Amino acid sequence: MRPAAVVGTGQTHHAAKRLDVSMAGLCREAIDRAMADAGVDWSDIDAVVLGKAPDLFEGVMMPELFLADALGAVGKPLLRVHTAGSVGGSTGNVAASLVQSGVHDRVLAVAFEKQSESNAMWALSVPTPFTMPVHAGAGGYFAPHVRSYIRRASAPEHIGAMVAAKDRRNGARNPYAHLKQPDITVESVQASTMLWDPIRYDETCPSSDGACAVVISSEPTSGQAAWIRATAMRTEPTTFAGRDQVNPQAGQDAARALWKQAGITDPLSEVDAAEIYVPFSWFEPMWLENLGFTDIGQGWKLTEAGETEIGGRLPVNPSGGVLSSNPIGASGLLRFAEAAMQVMGTAGDHQVDGAQVALGHAYGGGSQFFAMWVVGSEKP
Amino acid sequence: MRDIAVVGFAQTPCVRETDGTTNGVEMLVPIFHEVLGGLGITKTDIGFWCSGSSDYLAGRAFSFVSAVDAIGAFPPIAESHVEMDAAWALYEAWVKLLCGEVDTALVYGFGKSSAGQLRRVMAMQLDPYLVTPLWPDSLGLAGIQARMGIETGLWDERAMASVAAQSRSAALSNPLAQLSGEVDADELLNLPYVADPLRRHDCAPITDGAATIVLAAGDRARELCERPAWITGFEHRTDTPSFGTRDLTTSPSAVAAGKAAGADGVQVAELHAPFTHQEILLRQALGLGDDVTVNPSGGVLAGNPMFAAGLARIGEAARRIHDGSATKVLGHATSGPLLQQNLVCVMEGRE
Amino acid sequence: MTRPLSAPLDVGFDYTRSLGPTLGRFLSDLRRRKVTGIRGSDGRVHVPPLEYDPVTAERLSEFVDVTATGVVRGWSWIPEPLEGQPLDRPFAWALIQLDGADTSLLHAVDAGSPDQMATGTRVRARWRPERVGAITDIECFEISDEPADPPAEADEVTMVTTPVNLHYTHSASPTEDPFLRGLMEGRLIAQRCPVCEKVYFPPRPACPVDGVPTTDQIELSDRGTITTYCVVNVPFLGQRIPPPYVSAYVLLDGADIPFLHLLLGVAPEDVRMGMRVEAVWKPREEWGPTMQNIDHFKPSGEPDAPFDSYSQHL
Repeated sequence: MRPAAVVGTGQTHHAAKRLDVSMAGLCREAIDRAMADAGVDWSDIDAVVLGKAPDLFEGVMMPELFLADALGAVGKPLLRVHTAGSVGGSTGNVAASLVQSGVHDRVLAVAFEKQSESNAMWALSVPTPFTMPVHAGAGGYFAPHVRSYIRRASAPEHIGAMVAAKDRRNGARNPYAHLKQPDITVESVQASTMLWDPIRYDETCPSSDGACAVVISSEPTSGQAAWIRATAMRTEPTTFAGRDQVNPQAGQDAARALWKQAGITDPLSEVDAAEIYVPFSWFEPMWLENLGFTDIGQGWKLTEAGETEIGGRLPVNPSGGVLSSNPIGASGLLRFAEAAMQVMGTAGDHQVDGAQVALGHAYGGGSQFFAMWVVGSEKP
Repeated sequence: MRDIAVVGFAQTPCVRETDGTTNGVEMLVPIFHEVLGGLGITKTDIGFWCSGSSDYLAGRAFSFVSAVDAIGAFPPIAESHVEMDAAWALYEAWVKLLCGEVDTALVYGFGKSSAGQLRRVMAMQLDPYLVTPLWPDSLGLAGIQARMGIETGLWDERAMASVAAQSRSAALSNPLAQLSGEVDADELLNLPYVADPLRRHDCAPITDGAATIVLAAGDRARELCERPAWITGFEHRTDTPSFGTRDLTTSPSAVAAGKAAGADGVQVAELHAPFTHQEILLRQALGLGDDVTVNPSGGVLAGNPMFAAGLARIGEAARRIHDGSATKVLGHATSGPLLQQNLVCVMEGRE
Repeated sequence: MTRPLSAPLDVGFDYTRSLGPTLGRFLSDLRRRKVTGIRGSDGRVHVPPLEYDPVTAERLSEFVDVTATGVVRGWSWIPEPLEGQPLDRPFAWALIQLDGADTSLLHAVDAGSPDQMATGTRVRARWRPERVGAITDIECFEISDEPADPPAEADEVTMVTTPVNLHYTHSASPTEDPFLRGLMEGRLIAQRCPVCEKVYFPPRPACPVDGVPTTDQIELSDRGTITTYCVVNVPFLGQRIPPPYVSAYVLLDGADIPFLHLLLGVAPEDVRMGMRVEAVWKPREEWGPTMQNIDHFKPSGEPDAPFDSYSQHL
């Protein structure tokens, strides 16, 4: 397998409703930035991979077809990935494999969601005959599992609020973030409305319009490069008898494979920054454990000690993460791109000093689809 | 690059309507059993899984998620999914094998077209601002393309009916076909139009079905299969969605994919042509002469399980290598309105 | 064997689409009975205007006025129109090259009969009296040599609403069918996987661990244990009870997998993981093939189940 690197990243200004652009315009805002960052032209791009969550969100079946002109895909191979919420991550991994395999030299990966075209709550809860409607709404699916985590780990109640306050403060340092709340505090999060007890309003992700793009290449194009040291994807069924919903095996397996491929034996000391898919604040400690950064039941202690802040042992979501911007289909690729930006040193005000190795992580469905990559500043 | 081959293929019968759910599980369980059993392996021997399906075909978000129940996906599997015909999932799996981390992959596609109104569902693939609001149906669009070819002199209604008759006749040897029989092309021309100049026989039927292929690399392929169908060219390309701006009587993406994949010299070609005139168009685009046997299975005019049909074309072509009846074959898949995307997989047998 | 139960599934939503500068200009002009094209990198004038060039992928910006009259370049005839199409009587789909354009627009032609249609036929737009800034502001095209109606004043549009209404038939799986038919009689029918022997309620098309259809049927009681839960305080689309209330995972006695249902009859702050519950059924005359026959669960009054008895189901 030959080396591949991220050589350019781009993203939109994320917002609840990007009413100034069409879907094509939204994608191009991210694509144009990524191509400029990489210093490449359309003739340099061999293939395009598009990722997006369910087609019902935008009401277009396979939107990559009508977007082919805007994606610069005419005359080229165009793939459309869909692996639920992890799709942005899968898009990065599939694009990486197109270069690593030697099939292409430079590939454009794009992911987007324009949630304002419809209502994700509607799209995910179209009443299906014979199926019990979920009485809980969006966060209601995950809230019981958060409760299970709190019980199993004996975690103190304020951890979720700490994560939310940190990610929103980080978001305020990211010019592209949807939510920028520099003055948020643990206390103000705790004072926000309890939506799905134990999840509060300020502990949930927003609904965003946005897109992300990365250029992946076998050789640097503009000097900067985030070398892809490992990729991993794992899937398990949504539910089955005896399934661990708090610490899913698929996530553990993906992480184990990822660290092994990257040659990392002690992730906590060897990884300098992590962009982890945290749509509800409590998923930070849950995924720290699932990814093997800490032992089981210990993830919240890393958060509580402030070690996941920028400047801590393992800065988590220096960009503000999903809690600050959530264009669903793009959220995973944003994690992957932000990880690349950290090791390329292009993260601006949310740069982690001297970051050389970073994790990009995404998950989806009922915590059942996982996609991850590790990028580093050194060519493997 | 590593040598990678199609070593196994199975598909469900093509039927007008199945009893099962839109998540494909009932269709997939038996064909997984068949393809893995035929190779003497189990799910734990598969290094990578990849599938193709569509939420709009099923009528709900995340319709592909439950399909992994058919695998028995615990312990967890390395897996991915494309919202495309599963021929593109095969492409993703081929790339994964080329990376060298794994030696085997199982690819599947499924579709229960009978659940919705296919002609209207397919209008959802068009420009959502300026075209879908008119609800152009797939037959109406294909009819425009067919007429343009007729008026350019590239084909005529008689030639189109002959494609249909040939498909039905070939399908007599395909026990899984939905439509088969000896029909007279001239008699077909007496039937009414459904979207003038298209008649019923010019359009692929509405079909429920699923298909699966197992890929293996190098020695693993030789262990699993007496005559692996080695992939020697695998390419796909895209055309502009603005069909009012391009010549609809040809397909630049099919021409380019065929050329890049090395379509010259194939003995058998399975073409994913949902309309009779598109088979003629694709023959021309891929440069297939009269000496090439096209669609010995009957093709999708004999059964068109959406999102599995393109994968099945590659499986049907590979079958001719497996059974020793051909040494170089081609499987083709299309996606999008009016042949917007085209994929060509060329396979060869080796002594 | 009888066929599994099936029922209609309608997917309907009015999508709200922001247009951006190019589509916005085109649809605003349609509202004014004007048609605008855009010049591509190769000099061709595209109608409808393309946001990005199909050859170079560059953003296009040079608008060109064209007329609402043109020539049919290709067509098909629809004898039986489908829901949502521009006309409810037989019509032609046509690619129409408007005068001043180099490429073609798809629309309907109200020609009455296919005998009236031919490639090369001249047509003009039939404008809708009430225009909103949508492609359907052109009701259809009609065969004519005459100019179309002259432009009119109208405000700019930046959004378009596109309704999508699709109709499906949703079928239960053969394994789910006995469960649904059981519910109609107030019985809770689970199925056991023949390989791992786990009991699934509701039954699945295949055991998700073993990939085989579940087989043996087992009737379960309507009592169980709350494994975990959340308190819903937030109102949302389609909610049927005013918040706050409890959404809980219920593990029925004898089942190996919990399911989400409502827990009422107890203050949210008094709910506990491990709480024992029983089903409260709706009146029999309201029963159908659905888990909603159970209106909700309520505490049974039994002592809480120990954590170890359900911890493997979290």
